[in-house]
Amino acid sequence: MSLQIIKSGLSDTLQDQGRYGYQHLGINPGGAMDRYSARLANALLGKDINSPVIEIHFPSPVILFNKESIICITGADFSPTINQKKIRINQLTAINEKSVLQFEKNLSGARCYLACLHDPDIDKWLNSYSTNLIAAAGGFNGRALKKGDILNFKNTFEYKYLQHEKDFSVLPWKAIPSIKSTKEIRFIKGNEWDWLTGDSINIFEEKSYMILNNSNRMGYRLKGNSLKVNEEVQLISSGVTFGTIQLLPDGQLIVLMADHQTTGGYPRIGHVISADLPSLAQRNPGDEIKFSAVEHVVAEQELIEQHMHLLQLQTASKFKLEKLLNVTL
Amino acid sequence: MYANEFTISPLGDSALIIDFANVIDEGINKKVSGIFHKLKALSLPCIRDIVPAYSSLVVHFDVFAITRKTLINKTAFEIVSEQLKQMIKDYAETALPRSRFIKIPVCYSEKYAPDIIEIAEKKKIAVAEIIRLHTEKKYRVYMIGFLPGFAYMGETDEKISMPRKAEPRLRVEAGSVGIAGMQTGIYPLDSPGGWQIIGKTPVILFNKEKDEPVLLQPGDEIEFYSITESEFTNY
Repeated sequence: MSLQIIKSGLSDTLQDQGRYGYQHLGINPGGAMDRYSARLANALLGKDINSPVIEIHFPSPVILFNKESIICITGADFSPTINQKKIRINQLTAINEKSVLQFEKNLSGARCYLACLHDPDIDKWLNSYSTNLIAAAGGFNGRALKKGDILNFKNTFEYKYLQHEKDFSVLPWKAIPSIKSTKEIRFIKGNEWDWLTGDSINIFEEKSYMILNNSNRMGYRLKGNSLKVNEEVQLISSGVTFGTIQLLPDGQLIVLMADHQTTGGYPRIGHVISADLPSLAQRNPGDEIKFSAVEHVVAEQELIEQHMHLLQLQTASKFKLEKLLNVTL
Repeated sequence: MYANEFTISPLGDSALIIDFANVIDEGINKKVSGIFHKLKALSLPCIRDIVPAYSSLVVHFDVFAITRKTLINKTAFEIVSEQLKQMIKDYAETALPRSRFIKIPVCYSEKYAPDIIEIAEKKKIAVAEIIRLHTEKKYRVYMIGFLPGFAYMGETDEKISMPRKAEPRLRVEAGSVGIAGMQTGIYPLDSPGGWQIIGKTPVILFNKEKDEPVLLQPGDEIEFYSITESEFTNY
């Protein structure tokens, strides 16, 4: 199987759950911005949930599939179509050879994930398929997909599911999206939380923040009432993580996202909980968010529950798909 | 603060930070990189990343893998920090691993050093003196950050200490050697950057094709030596 990019999108990159083990060398984990939806697409296909997917933004690419495949799209709803007929997200679609996948309009969310039954036939870089654009390494030749690119897939098993005359067929199981789309983003207090003045603490916990236009895979810049610290202390650089909420010298905030630098020197007033990072990653510039504090133990429970849910879904889907295709996945 | 004292606190729900002090101190950094290399060599399961900085270490862990293995009602943070606490105490007291010593050639010719004349004028010293002072000292890689393989090295002689440029350059070429504050560093990739550029090395600091893509490691000792333009070209 292979797919071909007929028209490129804004930024379409291969991503998995991240590249770990190299942050001490300044090489960041990267990986899918919405880790949940990327895993969900794989789980619905009964695959290893860490498998690589294509992260797609809007405007989105036009993709031609040269062979029969089963695909799954999760995350943002960009109104996907196969041969100009609408298909659903969070559900498997079996497609025929020479099918064209397009995305009509941006209905909700910021990025969607495309997973296929077979895995892309590309080499890992430092143990991960994620694209590192700064190092121009990993993923598809270290860059976003562009017009004319052909991505080959490993043909690990043969199957025949669709009749030739059909455009596509929807498989009978789906996921109910479990990512909240409320304004609320939960956080746990950060290492320099106590540096904030009493007024600033009230502002941060009560006011909304708007995501600014210059937000990207590295970080989300926020605009809101500016925050102050009790005394100006120079912080020595140290490690940071996906979700760290940093206070900039002008009193505004930045939330570090998937492509964040490995270290930073701004006060860390909080950390978005891992379970809510997917919903933050689906917010667009102009959207408002509101932070609400939770305990560390809640953050951990939510993360474990999400993971358990995905593993159960993966097991169930694998069983159903094996039966349907009469293969061993 | 004595280097054997430290605190461990959460850094979000999937990482923790071991903090020795909020200072740049060679003794503390030696402990940090010593502990880093020992922990790294253990390849502890469920630990995803260990990131040393000037005076702290961040440990990223896999919450699900850790909690799944235990029946005890504890958070992943509690389990990992308890495990690390004793190890770090032991390590902080034992001998440090020997650092690697690496010599790096630098061409300080104006062609590769767009800021060297300005520094000479501002600091009222000769260009030759800047080169002498920069190559005279042995530097320590305190940490790596900002870009893949960007080593923060220190400390430079105070006579050549310069703040970052007011307007960062949109593109600094890979190999460029810069100074900022009391630190010196080499850009491993073409990148925007605000450090004052005083030379360029022909040495490749980042090569994605290699198993170890980054040349410099935390804790390495570095010395620069001056080369001519033709030595640079023929390197």
